[in-house]
Amino acid sequence: MANVTLRNVRKAYPNGFEAIKGIDFDVGDGQFCVLVGPSGCGKSTLLRMVAGLETITSGEIDIGGRVVNQIEPADRDIAMVFQNYALYPHMSVYNNMAYGLRNRGMPKPEIDTRVQESARILELSAMLDRRPGQLSGGQRQRVAMGRAIVRQPKVFLFDEPLSNLDAKLRIAMRVEIRKLQRRLNTTSIYVTHDQLEAMTLADILVVMNGGQVEQIGNPLDVYKKPATTFVATFIGAPPMNLMPARHASLNIPGAADGVIGIRPEDLEIANQGTPEGALPFELTVAAVEHVGAETYIYGMRPQQGDADTISARPGEPPPGEILVRVPGQDAPAIGEKIRVLAPRERLHVFGEGGRKRIEL
Amino acid sequence: MVEHRRFGNLLPHLVLLTGVAIVAFPVYLAIIASTHDNTVIANGQMPLYPGTHGLETYWNTIVSGTGKTTREPVGGMMLNSLIMALGIAAGKIAISIISAYAIVFFSFPFRMTAFWTIFITLMLPVEVRIFPTYKITSDLHLLDSYSGLILPLIASATATLLFRQFFMTVPKELVEASKMDGAGPIRFFFDTLLPLSVTNIAALFVILFIYGWNQYLWPLLITTRDNMQTIVIGIKKIIDVHDALTEWSVAMATAVLAMLPPVAVVVLMQRLFVKGLIETEK
Repeated sequence: MANVTLRNVRKAYPNGFEAIKGIDFDVGDGQFCVLVGPSGCGKSTLLRMVAGLETITSGEIDIGGRVVNQIEPADRDIAMVFQNYALYPHMSVYNNMAYGLRNRGMPKPEIDTRVQESARILELSAMLDRRPGQLSGGQRQRVAMGRAIVRQPKVFLFDEPLSNLDAKLRIAMRVEIRKLQRRLNTTSIYVTHDQLEAMTLADILVVMNGGQVEQIGNPLDVYKKPATTFVATFIGAPPMNLMPARHASLNIPGAADGVIGIRPEDLEIANQGTPEGALPFELTVAAVEHVGAETYIYGMRPQQGDADTISARPGEPPPGEILVRVPGQDAPAIGEKIRVLAPRERLHVFGEGGRKRIEL
Repeated sequence: MVEHRRFGNLLPHLVLLTGVAIVAFPVYLAIIASTHDNTVIANGQMPLYPGTHGLETYWNTIVSGTGKTTREPVGGMMLNSLIMALGIAAGKIAISIISAYAIVFFSFPFRMTAFWTIFITLMLPVEVRIFPTYKITSDLHLLDSYSGLILPLIASATATLLFRQFFMTVPKELVEASKMDGAGPIRFFFDTLLPLSVTNIAALFVILFIYGWNQYLWPLLITTRDNMQTIVIGIKKIIDVHDALTEWSVAMATAVLAMLPPVAVVVLMQRLFVKGLIETEK
């Protein structure tokens, strides 16, 4: 049981590339911290620095009140679950779990007790004699977790542990990881690029981009009040609609050159009337997606003014397009003109090129 | 259609059987010749059926030398060959697996230089460097010794290359997991890498054992005493006699005996060898 504290942690490679540009955060005892971000944002590097598999260029990493910068991975009292599980293929499940304990010179009876206990928790008791090659993906994943929990470490580190599983199993294992973590109450750091995994697992969500932290906080707070346009589009699916603030006649100080955003589920279809402060959009329906319980409507805004729109990054809706998420299956026909309203209190406004949130 | 298929199967079988016959016939002939009395072959009558002197010839060949020549018993030669072949195979595997381990898993200055230096020795087999190697061996007083037979031959670029390629396919995470599990470089080598390499080692052993067993030029150069002779040289000496009749039956028996250990190694190792080819998990 331990806190993990990062103080101005940096990582630069010999070729000058700076992978981590000064990160500070604190994970409290027993908390589940999720690092989320697009690939290449440095989240895995950061986790590997905590694990001791990458050197720290500057700054301090503190586990349980001890600066671990110069301490070997094996002596940091942490356990890691790898994306490809990294099980020893020539050892039985039992030996995979017992190996780390044996190397630490633990007496045999105690190893046996711990392995049996962990196997029971993970429902692996029946397959302790099998080799990893004889197990399914989900079972291998459990063995990898078992190898971590037998050690009873201060901190669990997870490096995208579910990305090799199929969608259904991924959801099941996600729930299981969360249950297990609550039961063992061990401080955990979890890396993922899946925002849904991040939202559902985290006590503390750390959104990273380009080697920097974009926002840290409770997942729902991050969802409700994204600090930057990056967080706004990365957290939440489908992503938030963004457009330059000058396209909407809003009188918000400091937001003249800024960006306004509205989540697809906050838009209401209303063909008449504009309540006080609400922002109306005239849309032409371009596409409709039926998901079952809800429907996504892709509408095009007529180009306004000089038609200068913010450029879209991969995964974002193209400029001029607005996504509306409505409950049920009723949807307008393609080509139909609809009018949607964005209530003022649901608007997100970002100044300084999308880097700074402005509270309304 | 059926006719056609039958013919289609027949032709490949015929070709294959012809091939087997071509390869196997000399071996058969050698076995037959070793069971006949010396004079039968010397007369120029080469029978195609087994003779009656088999046990006698083999006994003479293996255990006792004969009075007529200075020939040593082949049993001693086989022992020499066995020691040399095992020494070369084991030495080559040990050295190359260690150097490949260093090259793949450690980063040290001039790592790639080290690798390429090992690599270019592919172009320097014993035949090319025979004078300097002989000089060094003789300066170290290793002539007529097992060390002299084995040591100059155990550096192997091929085996190093093979282990390097295999080690590079071992996932990086496996190394990292070992680190987290508290296994240092030596533990990782013996607990994880070596067990994973067993099939590769077996395959290499087969090839290297045969390579060592078949060495001719090097043992010929550095062994002068008869009791240090290897069997491959022994065959040559038995055929090359002056002022006497070549003991063809003995020569053939020696040849057959020389074939047995490599065949045994292949047969015994075959299971591991095939397993190494079909097993994909790493």
